[in-house]
Amino acid sequence: MHIPDGFLSPAVWATLDFAAVGSVAVAARRAQRELESPDDRRIPLLGVMGAFVFAAQMINFPVGMGTSGHLVGGALLAMTLGPWSASIVMTAILILQAFVFQDGGIVVLGANICNMALAGVLAGYLPYRMWGRGRHRSAAIFLSASASVTVSACLALAELQISGVPMPRHLLWISLGLFVAGGLIEGAVTVTAVHAIERLNPLWVRQPALPGPRVMAVAAIAAAVVVIVGVGIASSLPDALQNLLPGRRTAIAEWSWLHKASAGLAMMLLIYATCAIVGRTVSGRKLARQRSA
Amino acid sequence: MTRVIDVRGLRYRYPDGTQALDGVDFHLDRGECVALFGANGSGKTTFALHLNGLLYGEGSVEVCGMRVDAGSAAKVLADVRAKVGLVFQDSDEQLFLPTVLEDVAFGPANLGLAPAPAAERARDVLRQVGMGGAVDRAPYHLSSGENRRVALAGVLAMQPEVLVLDEPTTSLDPPDQRDLTALLRHLPQAKLLVTHDVEFAGALATRAVFFERGRVAGEGTVEEIVTHFRWSRRAD
Amino acid sequence: MHHVVLERWSRGASVLHTLDARAKLASLLIFLVAVSTTAPASQAAFAAYALLLAAALFASRLPVAGILGRAALVLPFSATFALITWWSGDPMRALSLAEKSFLSGLAVLITMATTPLVQLMGALDSARVPRPLLLVIQFLYRYLFVISEQAQHMRLAARCRQGAGSHGKARFHAAAGAVGVLFARSWERADGIYRAMLARGFTGRFPELLPARFRWRDAVFLCACTTALLAVRLGLAEFHR
Repeated sequence: MHIPDGFLSPAVWATLDFAAVGSVAVAARRAQRELESPDDRRIPLLGVMGAFVFAAQMINFPVGMGTSGHLVGGALLAMTLGPWSASIVMTAILILQAFVFQDGGIVVLGANICNMALAGVLAGYLPYRMWGRGRHRSAAIFLSASASVTVSACLALAELQISGVPMPRHLLWISLGLFVAGGLIEGAVTVTAVHAIERLNPLWVRQPALPGPRVMAVAAIAAAVVVIVGVGIASSLPDALQNLLPGRRTAIAEWSWLHKASAGLAMMLLIYATCAIVGRTVSGRKLARQRSA
Repeated sequence: MTRVIDVRGLRYRYPDGTQALDGVDFHLDRGECVALFGANGSGKTTFALHLNGLLYGEGSVEVCGMRVDAGSAAKVLADVRAKVGLVFQDSDEQLFLPTVLEDVAFGPANLGLAPAPAAERARDVLRQVGMGGAVDRAPYHLSSGENRRVALAGVLAMQPEVLVLDEPTTSLDPPDQRDLTALLRHLPQAKLLVTHDVEFAGALATRAVFFERGRVAGEGTVEEIVTHFRWSRRAD
Repeated sequence: MHHVVLERWSRGASVLHTLDARAKLASLLIFLVAVSTTAPASQAAFAAYALLLAAALFASRLPVAGILGRAALVLPFSATFALITWWSGDPMRALSLAEKSFLSGLAVLITMATTPLVQLMGALDSARVPRPLLLVIQFLYRYLFVISEQAQHMRLAARCRQGAGSHGKARFHAAAGAVGVLFARSWERADGIYRAMLARGFTGRFPELLPARFRWRDAVFLCACTTALLAVRLGLAEFHR
């Protein structure tokens, strides 16, 4: 879901623009390592695959009752190019869509990039990375693709809510239902597409790395879940959040945008750090147990 | 040294095991124009890709006296790729930059020219091929004929000694074919025309070579080859 | 196709077309931030923004109906949310949602209709956007048309072959097959492009473009826009909470 300009509050888009800038810079460097290219040589591949995703979105997949679904492609890109390269390609797609097709705003590009090129691609890769080698490969691909679409849509909805765009309860549930349905379609389409691609050349679909310490995976998934759920709850129950803060009588809505932006960022970092520490401790204990066994 | 290309005993096997080239001997002299005929799959394009080091096989490939193989130094390869200008069959793959000027300036820029001189040279060459007014156009807005000329300009901008053209008249209408023929006639470089188009070859080439199953099966004038191998559209 | 029309418009010859892309991009960003931070109740501010855009549209000599039509494409999405907001009892906010998204979309469209994409990429390069990302965008755009045409041909061919009694499941798998073939052709095309790059001496880095010159008139334009927008934003509008 591409968010246009004018919907998000400055606190939200400023934070997400800042987060996106840093993350895209990191992704650009990691993508080079991922594609084993010390220089610009793989850039045409990324560009052409981006054009492929655009074009593939035109192909109709009948899903019954006269409607048809389409491929979104984040998960497919992650499984064929690797997650960091997929992030770069998705970022490129989003920038083009915003400027050339007016699909999504410019000031809120950071938000759309965080939702679809970062969180969406990460969610579209982690299940595949964890379970893509075993017997349940197709299920892992399905889960990856579904998660990718659902997570990015939920994040967008959460951002709209924090910005104060009202959403009545029943409409909220309908939206969530639509997101899940969209996820299921993406799952089915991606599984069949990946099989079709593998039939033509199995080398095009990357084998997930051998499972190692699951720190990053656990931390990222936990962070995503906590952020989505927490943000969803917080936005629909502003009073509850106010009561949680000891001593602060003023409504959050009255904070200056700088306070809100830094608070948002601090919260995200806190959640991420907590999950990373927990994940590392759990992993460390697991490794110690394995070594002594 | 009058031999700009000297190939002896070239063998090449595809990754899937097919023997694409099975002992090819070929030479091209300075300023000469040679046509390369052969059925689809006979190894013509594969052979062309060996001439500037995009593929390496067994045997020897020498360009202007420099040996081209897997062990060639980067400097040698760079020289060879400047000396042998390859015009691909698919202009969409060859013209990969957003504007005509940028694309034609790509070669000179890689040879070390700064942006301004590279752009100057690009403009000159584009004028030479008759595309001087198209500098800011995007390649996919141009016709096949125009794209072919821009691709040729991109290669000429590197000041090559040899031009290798892979099926240059594909998807060109007769007027464009005439223009291309006239243009090529005025270029002094040695030329290798990989083509199915007998008329086109006849208008330009002084010698012809026939490929069959990865080998040179015959050599002579265009007329002789066409007659000997019945390489014509007419069903008698 | 949409972007083809945009390309045609961007090759016009008005005053706006000749301005440096960096000045236009900077003005656009200031405009978008101003609109985005304007409180819903400041209708006067919105009217002023609309007036500024009308002036830009006039100066650009672009077809008014065409531009407004394309800008209206954002309305279905914002109208839905606007209606929900109105329903939830906040009519001022509902109106501002629609106004903000339309004005923002129109501003972006006018900018893109007077600036070729290549120049925009140059401006983004000056703004320190990572070069690899810009190069990917360039290649994406270069092959967008080519590969989309391929996909359209495949769609047409599939529809021709499809009988009336085609089973949904069979069509689903056929669509997946089409995606597979499109993927394969695209990857192979990328291989071909790499060969073409090597054939012309690719050294590992794509060459830099000639930087455009930022002239007096570009500075004047940027200052004028900034002043006007600050006046509207701080004078007519209240700070958005």
